[in-house]
Amino acid sequence: MTTNVTIRIQESDFDIAREIAALTAGRSDVGAVVSFTGICRGSEDGAAIAALTLEHYPGMAEAEITRHADTAMSRWPLSGLRVVHRVGRIAPGENIVLVVTASQHRQAAFEAAEFMMDYLKANAPFWKRVEAAGGAKWVEARDHDEDAAARWTKS
Amino acid sequence: MKIKYFAWVRERIGKAEETIDPPAHVKTVDQLIAWLAARGETYAYAFETPRVIRAAIDQAHVQQDAAIAGAREIAFFPPMTGG
Repeated sequence: MTTNVTIRIQESDFDIAREIAALTAGRSDVGAVVSFTGICRGSEDGAAIAALTLEHYPGMAEAEITRHADTAMSRWPLSGLRVVHRVGRIAPGENIVLVVTASQHRQAAFEAAEFMMDYLKANAPFWKRVEAAGGAKWVEARDHDEDAAARWTKS
Repeated sequence: MKIKYFAWVRERIGKAEETIDPPAHVKTVDQLIAWLAARGETYAYAFETPRVIRAAIDQAHVQQDAAIAGAREIAFFPPMTGG
């Protein structure tokens, strides 16, 4: 079986329809595609923001996402998985991250997409910095993100 | 060994990476943090709360009791906020 996994980290925006089509084009065994898009909110803790800047650890970020993608591919019967994560300056309303999962049936696609997002948030080396009227500050990690990732390891 | 800093750890120290040669008694990540913190004010500020600092050796997450022997690249950064 070929492993149909694509991971990209890029400054430019992504085309959701094109990413989905890449997992379904030319095949008839895919019965379900789930996509999750993370979008830059216009406010953080109730205060308006001008933009986010995303920093990452080149090399390790790709390796961590690939590691979790491999785990997802072995844990669920997926026919394909794509992750695109943007870095650099991102304005409110713009896309930040995309996870697309494809499978014969919806449950695997839903679960694997949620697993990937939970792991991305807690373990992939990216950091968000918020620009607002009062200056710039780093976004603080939330405990519930680590809790969300941890629930996938419970038996 | 090469040391890399990210996000506010990088900003507080004022550099993204450097090459260091810690003394032989520095054997683990937490000992390296303590050694770095003693190098000056900017380092002391970056590492003022060691328990929140995350570390990676050769681009894989490690706990702070991990041994640093043989490491080519060690990174220090805050808890991650991607996604």
